[in-house]
Amino acid sequence: MTEAVLFWLFAVVAVAGGLGVVLARDPLHGALSLLAAFFALAGLFLLLAAQLLAVLQVLVYAGAILVLFLLVILLLDLGPARAAASPPGVVKLAGALGALGLAGLLCTLFLSASFPPAVPPSDFGAVAAVGRVLFIDYTLPFEAISLLLLAAILGAVVVAKGKV
Amino acid sequence: MQPLADQLIRSWIHADPGAWPYTQAVYLLFMLIAGALLTTFTAVFSGIVSWYERRLAGRMQSRIGPNRVGPAGFLVWVADALKLISKEDTIPGDSDHALFRAGPYFVVTGLVLTFVALPFGDRLIAADMNLGLFYILSVTALVVVGLIMSAWSSNSKWSLVGGIRSAAQVVSYEIPAGLAIMVPVLLAGSLSTQGIIRAQGGPAGGSFFLAGGWPWNWFVFDDPMAFVSFFVFLTAALAEGNRTPFDLPEAESELVSGYNTEYSGMRFSFFFLTEWANLWVMSALATLLFLGGWQIPGVAPEVIGHSAALVFVSFLVFVVKTVALVNVVIWLRWTLPRIRVDQMMVLCWKYLVPIEMAAVLLTALWMLGFAHLVPAAQSAIHGVFFLAAGAVPLVLFLRQTFANLRLTSDRVDLTNW
Repeated sequence: MTEAVLFWLFAVVAVAGGLGVVLARDPLHGALSLLAAFFALAGLFLLLAAQLLAVLQVLVYAGAILVLFLLVILLLDLGPARAAASPPGVVKLAGALGALGLAGLLCTLFLSASFPPAVPPSDFGAVAAVGRVLFIDYTLPFEAISLLLLAAILGAVVVAKGKV
Repeated sequence: MQPLADQLIRSWIHADPGAWPYTQAVYLLFMLIAGALLTTFTAVFSGIVSWYERRLAGRMQSRIGPNRVGPAGFLVWVADALKLISKEDTIPGDSDHALFRAGPYFVVTGLVLTFVALPFGDRLIAADMNLGLFYILSVTALVVVGLIMSAWSSNSKWSLVGGIRSAAQVVSYEIPAGLAIMVPVLLAGSLSTQGIIRAQGGPAGGSFFLAGGWPWNWFVFDDPMAFVSFFVFLTAALAEGNRTPFDLPEAESELVSGYNTEYSGMRFSFFFLTEWANLWVMSALATLLFLGGWQIPGVAPEVIGHSAALVFVSFLVFVVKTVALVNVVIWLRWTLPRIRVDQMMVLCWKYLVPIEMAAVLLTALWMLGFAHLVPAAQSAIHGVFFLAAGAVPLVLFLRQTFANLRLTSDRVDLTNW
């Protein structure tokens, strides 16, 4: 009962936040909707007993990435979005059709799939359990991703250096 | 929270809360009481610190400071609060009204939420989460978001520049602070605030001089990396809390007052409530991570929970250590000039981040090296390092200070307090 109420609360906030990001005219309002979505997602992770993931969601996304977004919005001093040149009707139609098709595909996929309720181990989501999975079971993908991130950072430095 | 509530109920009214039909409601009541207590503590502490900081600043600048209301001006913070509450809450016409109103609440909420996982003594903690430290780091994100909201919605260039500086500063200094926190976390093998303090209680079953919160059991004297991390953490925490020498977001000589320029009345006071209460948060974090937390010297940590008197002593120990650190932070504010923006960034990215990266890696290696040694050798190493990094420098410092006093035929004078 409580779980269902909390789930719907977080789910509605997450979706509303996501819509807010897309629909808000003022970029800062968009960024703050994103913040609401991040917190709602953290709540959903908590409901799934993934505490570490929930806290990291807030720490990394709300604490670092969103603050970076806000910093950029403030630095560029973006006002409410100026009326951009509206795309031609054909593009709008194609976009709407594509979105509808994707929505239909996802709906049929989720409705047809069965999700057997999993029984998580008692230490599921705790730091030690996540650490074991990350550093023992999936060491190679983890290291590959760290290499990828390093390459991305170096790439960003090289791109930025050209202009400084 | 639940064990503490159970223990209190058992000892006060001799009933077993587990047998009650509405136990959850009782716990909820306890949580509400804890919340009210912590929020009140935040407000009263920041009020008292505002008086203390102004008195201390007065003393350091050879003037008196506020001394009109109450003994030694102590009640000036009550007078200030009354004045700020009764002031008109002005909202600039061209501002973004909803965000302008909401900003200060985000700031205060982000700060008060950290107290949920901050301990005050053995068992005296609202919620001993196993992710306590991560939780504290993550909820402080709300403070920055609130600051930026206020800065942007004010629609004023002073506020905007203050907000930009605050965002840049916090994003940068979060990295060395987070890495410095990882060193005690590695040493303790826990992210829970109480777990980290328990890990500083000396070897199990140690004698009087090995058990409990003796300085040589503190993480700051555990190894050279932890010693460095303590200072890096303090520096980064100063920067994250917008304290001098990192108070660029509210540099009054160039930005009027930074992000809070357009605010007045209660909303204005929220920013200062946060700034001063944040002194407690950063000092309490430094105390629990590096200075042994509430561990009582000579008392094994397992014994404390069984006696109310010892719990009270542990509370006193924690408060004394934290207040001593708050004092140091205030000294720093009135000693150091404000640094430039580029100097601030250079300090963070070119010095603190690489130092902390190395410290975390070396700590892991250090632990690998000493995991194979006997605990006795570890205690000996702690003792040697405590002598080298703590005791000897302290003695030398005191000798030099008193030599200087003699040389200038000056004297220790505390009369104008």
